[in-house]
Amino acid sequence: MTILVIAEHDNAELKPATLNTLAAAQQIGGDIELLVAGFNCQAVADSAAGIPGVTKVLLADNAAYEHELAENISKLIVALVSGHSHILASATTNGKNYLPRVAALLDVNQLSDVIAIESADTFQRPIYAGNAIATVKTDDVVKLLTIRGTAFDAVVDTGGSAAIETVSEVCDNGNVRFIKEELAKSDRPELTTAGVIVAGGRGMGNAENFDMLYELADKLGGAVGASRAAVDAGFVPNDLQIGQTGKVVAPDLYIAVGISGAIQHLAGMKDSKVIVAINKDEEAPIFSVADYGLVADLFDALPELSTQI
Amino acid sequence: MKILVPVKRVIDYNVKVHVKSDNSDVDLANVKMAMNPFCEIAVEQAVRLKEAGIASEVIVVSIGDKSCQEQIRTALALGADRGIQIDTDTVTDSLSAAKLLKAVVQEEQPQLVIMGKQSIDTDNNQAGQMLAALLDYPQGTFVSDMSVESDKVQIVREVDGGLQTLELDLPAIVTVDLRLNDPRYASLPNIMKAKRKPLAVKTPAELGVELNNKVTLVAVNPPADRQAGIKVASVDELVEKLKNEVKVL
Repeated sequence: MTILVIAEHDNAELKPATLNTLAAAQQIGGDIELLVAGFNCQAVADSAAGIPGVTKVLLADNAAYEHELAENISKLIVALVSGHSHILASATTNGKNYLPRVAALLDVNQLSDVIAIESADTFQRPIYAGNAIATVKTDDVVKLLTIRGTAFDAVVDTGGSAAIETVSEVCDNGNVRFIKEELAKSDRPELTTAGVIVAGGRGMGNAENFDMLYELADKLGGAVGASRAAVDAGFVPNDLQIGQTGKVVAPDLYIAVGISGAIQHLAGMKDSKVIVAINKDEEAPIFSVADYGLVADLFDALPELSTQI
Repeated sequence: MKILVPVKRVIDYNVKVHVKSDNSDVDLANVKMAMNPFCEIAVEQAVRLKEAGIASEVIVVSIGDKSCQEQIRTALALGADRGIQIDTDTVTDSLSAAKLLKAVVQEEQPQLVIMGKQSIDTDNNQAGQMLAALLDYPQGTFVSDMSVESDKVQIVREVDGGLQTLELDLPAIVTVDLRLNDPRYASLPNIMKAKRKPLAVKTPAELGVELNNKVTLVAVNPPADRQAGIKVASVDELVEKLKNEVKVL
């Protein structure tokens, strides 16, 4: 049994989500090949080759793969599928974008957001915003899964020495063009891997007030997140959204400030180890999942909390 | 140009689901159903393109038993022109849904298919991408802004790190995210008018599609319960607990 894992990267660095997906692949068992598809991404392949447990790194280095366009990546993966029992990608916007295309081209289904491996063909995944967990068995010839990173502990990433094999296959659809990318630049940890997250909701009132959350997050070495309400109101950009359709996080400490706790938001954070909620409405649903709830005006509580930490 | 909008009947997003006592599935008996919220955004976008004079006709399609005609009528009341129900009692998987939609696309030849990025029941986020692959069309997923210009559509995608802008040649598939627009409410006169708009019923067999799902649902369980904790009286007490009780500070 050989599993093909698709690496998540930005052509310069391997993204941590790949290490969680590799952990899922190890639980399934068998040889693991890691595909690095990108442009000028030799450095990514080199670091990928150092991950113990990776049998072989496949490097497809071509301008057609620079922006991970689903049209091109999916055809590349289809060209490489022969001999593989499973194809795993991270449940990121990238993986969610190309893997269903691969599935359709192979005439198989895909299991999204897998959170547990029961056997080589049986898996668990959340449905209904995580309000139910489905156990599903697939009889498809090739099993395609996207893996929810927070459900699997990352594998160690150094000490191995896998061979790197170059893939010369070029798939370029031509009916889609990359125009531009506006990516957030931040020295803070990534939301999905941060140990501490301070998240704000509509109760923050405006964009400027989020500075209080950044101050607290910086003291804790954490990241800042937000509810959909705060993103919709324009307080913060979309990449901070946590919830059913945003990012799913599970830090050691989650501090929810001015977030009421709609089920769609809870779906994205309720697996956090310790949850703190600060809200002036004592009936807010967020308190039903919080280990420590503080009913208070956030504009009093936040500065006080920042001074004490 | 013609626009096709697939819509799905799902549990109302405000309703909390419960798992059946035999763990075979979630319990949807007597539960309020509605159009999937992402599908509403897709309908709204198509209607706006029609109002802007870019689209000539908006066709809605839904897969399911007769009850999904309710959601098709809702879309017609919001401004779509006609509906198609693909009649099946089988709960369709994403791949089968994509095959059925492909057959409709081949019959109707729309230039643009606009659909929700995921349904809030199975949370799969697959059907649009699968449809695009089966047709070999370009795709724009997680779309929060779009503009159509003659034979192209420029789309802005909400990706993990921020925003990505792509240009797709038409015909193309666009799957929409939350911030693309705020869907309107249907007015009473439009709800009445929608009852007279055409709604065709087709079967998977008529579309030449065989439903063949190799994924079986083994069990459905409630998630591990998270107990509500305690209320603290002050920031002092909170910091003390975080430091000494759970030691996360």
